[in-house]
Amino acid sequence: MNMVKRAFAAGVAFAGGASPAMAAWSDVNLRVGVTELSREIYGLHMLILWICVAIAVAVFAVMIYSIATFRKSKGAVPANFDHNTKAEVIWTVIPVLILVGMAIPAARTLVKIDDMRGSELTIKVTGYQWKWQYEYVDHGVSFYSTLARTSDEARQVDSGVDPRSVENYLLEVDNPLVVPQGRKVRVLITANDVIHAWWVPDFGMKRDAIPGFINEMWFRADETGVFRGQCAELCGRDHGFMPIVVVVKPQDEYDAWLKEQQAARQAAATPAAQTAQASQQVDTVAALRVANAE
Amino acid sequence: MSTTHTQAQGHAHEHHDDHGPAKGFKRWLTTTNHKDIGTMYLVFSLVMFLLGGAMALVIRAELFMPGMQLVDPGFFNTMTTVHALIMVFGAVMPATVGLANWMIPLQVGAPDMALPRMNNFSFWLLVAAFSLLILSLFMPGGGPAAGWTLYPPLVLQTGDALPLAIFAIHLAGASSIMGAINIIVTIMNMRAPGMTLLKMPLFVWTWLITAYLLIAVMPVFAGAVTMLLTDHFFGTTFFAAAGGGDPVLYQHIFWFFGHPEVYIMILPAFGIVSEIIPTFSRKPLFGYDAMVYATASIAFLSFIVWAHHMFTVGMPLAGQMFFMLSTMLIAVPTGVKVFNWTATMWRGSLTFEPPMLFALAFLFLFTIGGFSGLMMAIAPVDFQYHDTYFIVAHFHYVLVPGAVFAIMAGVYYWLPKWTGHMYDMKLANLHFWSSAIFVNVLFFPQHFLGLAGMPRRIPDYSTQFADWNMVSSIGAFGFGLSQLLFVYVIWKCARGGAKVSDEVWDGARVHGLEWTVPSPAPYHTFDEAPVVK
Repeated sequence: MNMVKRAFAAGVAFAGGASPAMAAWSDVNLRVGVTELSREIYGLHMLILWICVAIAVAVFAVMIYSIATFRKSKGAVPANFDHNTKAEVIWTVIPVLILVGMAIPAARTLVKIDDMRGSELTIKVTGYQWKWQYEYVDHGVSFYSTLARTSDEARQVDSGVDPRSVENYLLEVDNPLVVPQGRKVRVLITANDVIHAWWVPDFGMKRDAIPGFINEMWFRADETGVFRGQCAELCGRDHGFMPIVVVVKPQDEYDAWLKEQQAARQAAATPAAQTAQASQQVDTVAALRVANAE
Repeated sequence: MSTTHTQAQGHAHEHHDDHGPAKGFKRWLTTTNHKDIGTMYLVFSLVMFLLGGAMALVIRAELFMPGMQLVDPGFFNTMTTVHALIMVFGAVMPATVGLANWMIPLQVGAPDMALPRMNNFSFWLLVAAFSLLILSLFMPGGGPAAGWTLYPPLVLQTGDALPLAIFAIHLAGASSIMGAINIIVTIMNMRAPGMTLLKMPLFVWTWLITAYLLIAVMPVFAGAVTMLLTDHFFGTTFFAAAGGGDPVLYQHIFWFFGHPEVYIMILPAFGIVSEIIPTFSRKPLFGYDAMVYATASIAFLSFIVWAHHMFTVGMPLAGQMFFMLSTMLIAVPTGVKVFNWTATMWRGSLTFEPPMLFALAFLFLFTIGGFSGLMMAIAPVDFQYHDTYFIVAHFHYVLVPGAVFAIMAGVYYWLPKWTGHMYDMKLANLHFWSSAIFVNVLFFPQHFLGLAGMPRRIPDYSTQFADWNMVSSIGAFGFGLSQLLFVYVIWKCARGGAKVSDEVWDGARVHGLEWTVPSPAPYHTFDEAPVVK
């Protein structure tokens, strides 16, 4: 565990350094993210990356030395040995020990990822071809989230629009998901047609959205801001065009936003629409019972 | 391993002068000769390699810049799907089967494969399979576009292409199973006197193990796609929750096939490299027994790691733990192999002909693919890597500079034995250097893209991914063009060139029976079995 802590402390220090360097670094490496899980995952990633780099340097050095030294053109005379039990035992046992060293922190993080207890807000995410639906199951708020119109126009074949002129090209939506800062959010994930996957890199996690089944994951965003992700499971023609945007707000701003949504919903609701919405909520509650029973 | 052979060659001409190869097309249609069939497999796989490569270039051309310039997103998905199916089942697998057909009888001192008529049938079935797959591109509703993994429910949205693709898989699978049976029977029954199992060349060993893997998992894949067929056409709901089925069940079945399939592609490559490195190091292979046992361990482990392809489907914690730990274990036997190859070069006397160059590139670049594989074995981190370009980079590193480079190494190693001519060394070296450089320009930046958050299988991307995608596409076109050189070198060598000796490579005679027969290898070899001491 100490190793992981040190690795991710080093990683955080690196990422928090000079900002031009940081921009370049984030183009080629995993993000540290804004949740406990994402930071731990980043720490694991860096730990294993450096172990691999160290082994690679050692092994490649021997290979390169052999290639450079034992050349026929330099008059090398071949030896005739064909095994060495001591060496073979060593290079079987040492990798096992290294693997054990990797497995222990990895298993710890895995247990933490799977611990859904103590969530303070539950949001149901449903994948459709090709958009997301977000339902705040305890608050009667529900809406769809689709690719922003500016990106959608620019992404047509021969649209004539330069993607670089579109802000957040392919990573902007009409209605982002809004969550409170510092709260454990439990996400229930399912789909209505084919399999999708809900992924926000800054939260460190992705989970498949599978029709007929409900998956769960959790995150607790420590920072406010806008975080972007994409569908990560091939789901048909427009798989590349159903982004995810999550806005993390301080608790009071989130509360105000939620109230506004609820009020807007009531104002807009005709009696017929209300019935539809109510029945949909009953479905959700039933589905939740199934998920909990499992 | 030291081998000698008796006067087998002295007798060759007495027996078979009366029935050499038939003339014209009929020779190839009806042949039961392992060399002819091996050649057909190799030519077929080369054609498929170019076709699958052309599809990859469509993909890389679209991804050259952000924005959609060339193709419809649906057609893009068809390209990723069919590119993969063709490369896996049409290029890499048939290439290793072709090498097996040519080389296993020559390496074990057998006159031919054990089941020559079935051998012919398994090749022509493959041609039928890929005709169907290519036809499926022109069906109403477009070609298969759900990815080579064919996950339901998405794959069930395919139009008329679905049954064609599924029947193509059935035929290719039947062809593979027949090929595997043939190889096992040949190895088990037709080895030269004195060649005990632990004296067999490593290429024969790795193919023996691969053949068992094929027999174990191809029927599983056939079963999975048959269930797709009945779900689509006959109202079953194996994979539909609405009828009590489960879409994830398909993924379990698919990857129970799919993971051993990965080793079906790489184990023969290990075998080829294990032949080449000793020859050009002028030293026996280091740790022969350990190599055999490591291959067998990898094959065994391949059956208990499948769900590492699906960490994100929502498995129980215990399942995730098991598949994470079992996957990490694969690093041990794979490490043993890499260390043994390195130790084979240690205190050798190395020369760097094209086969050795490709084998060395394999050694370095496959190892990089192995490291990224270890990284994604770590389940919590795989939640980030999964379905990103990091995965694409990983499996292309183990398949292109891994399996494909090993196959090219094998072709450059044995081509003079097949044709009796040495190929154009200058062009072969040029082919090596351009391939080795461009393959890294092509695939290394994909690690960066994946880590920075680019999902795989998307036809367009947000602008922060633009730079590395452009680099990758430039590498792709460089790599693709380099392969035309490969085709030219082979074509030129088949037509003529400097005559080679029986041994071809300096001191190769002690490394295998194939170097004891004349060059080019006569139509019939080992009418009388050689004796191995």
